[in-house]
Amino acid sequence: MNPHLCAVRDFFVSLRLTIALLVFSFVLVFAATLDQVNLGIWAVQAKYFRSFVIYAGFGGLAVPVFPGGYTIGGLLLANLTAAFVFRFKFTWRRSGMALSHAGLIVLLFGELFTGLWQRDYRMRLDQGETRNYSESFRSYELAVTDITDPDFDDVVAVPASRLAGRREVQHQKLPFRIQTLAYYPNSLLQMRPAGAPPPTGPGPVANRDIGQHIVAAPQPLVASPDELDLPAAFVELAGPAGALGTWLVSPQLAAPQEFTAAGRTWRIALRPERLYQPFRLTLLQFSHDRYPGTQIPKNFSSRVRLRSDDGHEDREVLIAMNEPLRHGGLAFYQSGFENNDRTTILQVVRNPSWLFPYIASGLMTLGLTLQFGIHLVGFVGSRAARTAARPGPAAPGAPAAQTAATRPTVPTCA
Amino acid sequence: MKPLFPTLAAVAALLAVGYTLRPARDAGAFDLAGFGGTPALVNGRIKPLDTVARTALLTLQGRQRVQTLDGRALAPAEWLLDVMLRPALANSYRTFEIVNPDVLSLLSLAPADGDGGKRFSLAQLRPRLAEIDRQARLADDVESAVRTPFQKGIVQLRNAIALYQHLQLTLVANDPHEFLGQLGQLTGLLARPPGTATPAEQILIRELGTAFTTMDQFSSLHPVPPAKGGDPTAWASIGTAWTRALETRRPDPAAADFAALAQAWHAQDAPAFNRAVAAHRARLEADFPAVMTKARVETRFNSAEPFYTSAVLYVAAFLCAVVSWLRWPAALGPLAFRLILIAFALSTAGIVTRMWLESRPPVTNLYSSALFVGWGAVALCLALEAVYRNAIGSVTAGLTGFATLLIAHHLALGGDTLEMMRAVLDSNFWLATHVVTIAVGYSATFLAGFLGLVYVLRGLLTRSLDGATADAINRMMYGVICFATLFSFVGTVLGGIWADQSWGRFWGWDPKENGALLIVIWNAIILHARWAGLVRARGIAALAIFGNVVTAWSWFGVNMLGVGLHSYGFMDSAFWWLIGFAVSQVLVILAAAVPTESWRSFRGIAASGRSGGPGAPAPAS
Repeated sequence: MNPHLCAVRDFFVSLRLTIALLVFSFVLVFAATLDQVNLGIWAVQAKYFRSFVIYAGFGGLAVPVFPGGYTIGGLLLANLTAAFVFRFKFTWRRSGMALSHAGLIVLLFGELFTGLWQRDYRMRLDQGETRNYSESFRSYELAVTDITDPDFDDVVAVPASRLAGRREVQHQKLPFRIQTLAYYPNSLLQMRPAGAPPPTGPGPVANRDIGQHIVAAPQPLVASPDELDLPAAFVELAGPAGALGTWLVSPQLAAPQEFTAAGRTWRIALRPERLYQPFRLTLLQFSHDRYPGTQIPKNFSSRVRLRSDDGHEDREVLIAMNEPLRHGGLAFYQSGFENNDRTTILQVVRNPSWLFPYIASGLMTLGLTLQFGIHLVGFVGSRAARTAARPGPAAPGAPAAQTAATRPTVPTCA
Repeated sequence: MKPLFPTLAAVAALLAVGYTLRPARDAGAFDLAGFGGTPALVNGRIKPLDTVARTALLTLQGRQRVQTLDGRALAPAEWLLDVMLRPALANSYRTFEIVNPDVLSLLSLAPADGDGGKRFSLAQLRPRLAEIDRQARLADDVESAVRTPFQKGIVQLRNAIALYQHLQLTLVANDPHEFLGQLGQLTGLLARPPGTATPAEQILIRELGTAFTTMDQFSSLHPVPPAKGGDPTAWASIGTAWTRALETRRPDPAAADFAALAQAWHAQDAPAFNRAVAAHRARLEADFPAVMTKARVETRFNSAEPFYTSAVLYVAAFLCAVVSWLRWPAALGPLAFRLILIAFALSTAGIVTRMWLESRPPVTNLYSSALFVGWGAVALCLALEAVYRNAIGSVTAGLTGFATLLIAHHLALGGDTLEMMRAVLDSNFWLATHVVTIAVGYSATFLAGFLGLVYVLRGLLTRSLDGATADAINRMMYGVICFATLFSFVGTVLGGIWADQSWGRFWGWDPKENGALLIVIWNAIILHARWAGLVRARGIAALAIFGNVVTAWSWFGVNMLGVGLHSYGFMDSAFWWLIGFAVSQVLVILAAAVPTESWRSFRGIAASGRSGGPGAPAPAS
């Protein structure tokens, strides 16, 4: 074999690389746990686990200080795969090892897919209310709706990430272009006192609708998982005949703003990103059980009616703590409640790879149990044999006989 | 002669344990045991008043013992009766623990004024009650994690006083003499036909109506059972029972019995007190036999204090086992093993009793996790000792058993340890699988660490670690680490599956999840380092000792961060203990770095120069 290739193979197959990567992941997880106090759980995940390199700021300079979760996980995956291909011997004695490490590979892939594909939404239902969509927790969209026809709405939704890039948006259904003048990922809106002059700061100013009376100030992103970032944006709409005006949009504004353009009536709003689903949920009853004689919550549950658009399903479901509803690739969890127990909040998760961890755990648990069992049987057997033979005392700290026997053979380039 | 000694000593220990399990007897003429065994619904659980009294005492002053000013010791139930019915006397008992010097100086008190330098009576605090309340209100606005020691102390004191005052409102609304007299008048009034009350009596009814509402608002004790066949959880407070009596014009028999026993205790009339207690209990025995059985068992469990006895036995066994390495191994080794067996059986019985009382798997909160982690570690030690018979299992069992019970004792100061489960945790299946498996993982990781401590300290400081023993510890550590890896991993994964079922994600990088993951990774590091031949016995010992730090962090440290979905196990004290523990472990690890040639046990044997570097210190003495 080519000596360079061989060296590469030796690097990836080595047990020392495994140990180094385990130590790196240990440090990474520990640091990430501590940093949750400062950054909050979402920012920590992005910074430590869903990244290739972790940067630390030194006087405004971002210096790479540590490999991120993708790097360590990827190398671990390579290391494991190499071990499978070149090192593992598939004997009965080592079968548990092979199985548990195979499970680990599935687990790492599962985590990767979850990071790539999982989306979290929520659905807020008042008693008796019906909805056929969930709303994103943290992503927003600019919805421009043509409401001229009373029978149906025609919606064009622009993800907030495109607004943040401040690129001009054109769409065939819109008789105007959308130009973002400013996008604040988190913001504070305040009413401008009547009669006060419009602000003259560096930011843009809205000249249409409610935005004329409001001052929007950018805010730092929040760290706590209990708080939400509330964005705001200034968008300018321009038709072929020239600018239509500048609107301030934000989910903090209670209602969408209406205007007319090209002879049609429109609504514009920045709202949580919506996921429409082919079925409707109606909240029949939210229950909040307490332990007798106390205010300690015992259970939360929502009885909902599930109706599919194709009319083939119409049933009642109980969603409770630890008992989610899985339907149509989505899982609905009891998450919270509001409004004096008359409103339920369901967490809605779409994760096509949700089965991966289950498969991985099964493989790894089986493998580790098997390996431990084989060791235990071997240990009891050898001990019985030694008790019969009564050997003299071994040298202190001498490597046990089984260390050598179980040490994996690493291929060499000789 | 020799084999007789351990057996005799073990039998003596067994007899001593049996003595602690005897039923509680009343010292005086009052049926205090009967009163203490009377159940009431408190914080969602039906428990005997004895438990209520003990929990309150632990919360107020950190111990269950209480004595009068003239030095007479009181049973917890007796103290509770005095608090409720003889306030002047009870206010003189020194049951409020105050340690913060700033709080003391605010109250113009010196440690010398208190019992044991830190316990004070309500009478001593009374002149400054308004100031305590004002200071506590100021501190209330500060988030509990960032309060100063003074703020924590003053809030704690205010809460203790509130707890005490709420207990006082259980049976009477104000001065017991006056109130019980009015209650007697009311009973006579209700027996007469309606509409015959005089204007003065109507005023009395109105006043009592307000008093009953106040009692129901403030007392969390619900000792009046529901009607037979009704909702079995609908126990009522004394105030509610009398409010109902105003409507139905028929006093509730249980409330009437409590009024009678209150009157009797207030007048110190033992026969009348015992009659009232017996009447109330007889009705409960007839209507709720299962509740009474539980109350009886729990009262017995309280007075037996099985975990305290176990802790004493673990210490005794530990000392016997350590000495057995140096002297009289044939007598002390077996004795230590037997003492551990007795202590283990006793704590098993204690844990099983708690499970039965609560109808739950063994681990439901931090307190029970401490009990169970210790139990699991001792079980593993017994298995090791049964195989190796070299007293190492007994030493580690004594050490871990005692340490975990000590931790549990300090965790019990927060209140009733058989508390109700938060909604998200209300799942016996997951508590039985995920939580128990994780706890066994903690046990095993700790055990591996303690074996490492034995290896290092015994080898470094004594001459008793011979080759065979060193090899045995090495094998034990390896086996236990394998076991720990298996259980930590399976437990973590089960936790992931539970999280997927209840929160919608398998893994969320929550601090508690990360803590469990760190244990798994650390154990995996040890195993891979051993397989790669990077470490031998000494290295594994050092790595396993660091496993203690990792496990302690995962068990308690992450709760101190106060973030994440698992923060219901939050605890803000004990931080310095955790740091101290970590530092002590790191010191032993550094000691393990001393080349084996200098270890007292290996001097001369390991002269072949396996690991001594150029900078190795020369052997001293």
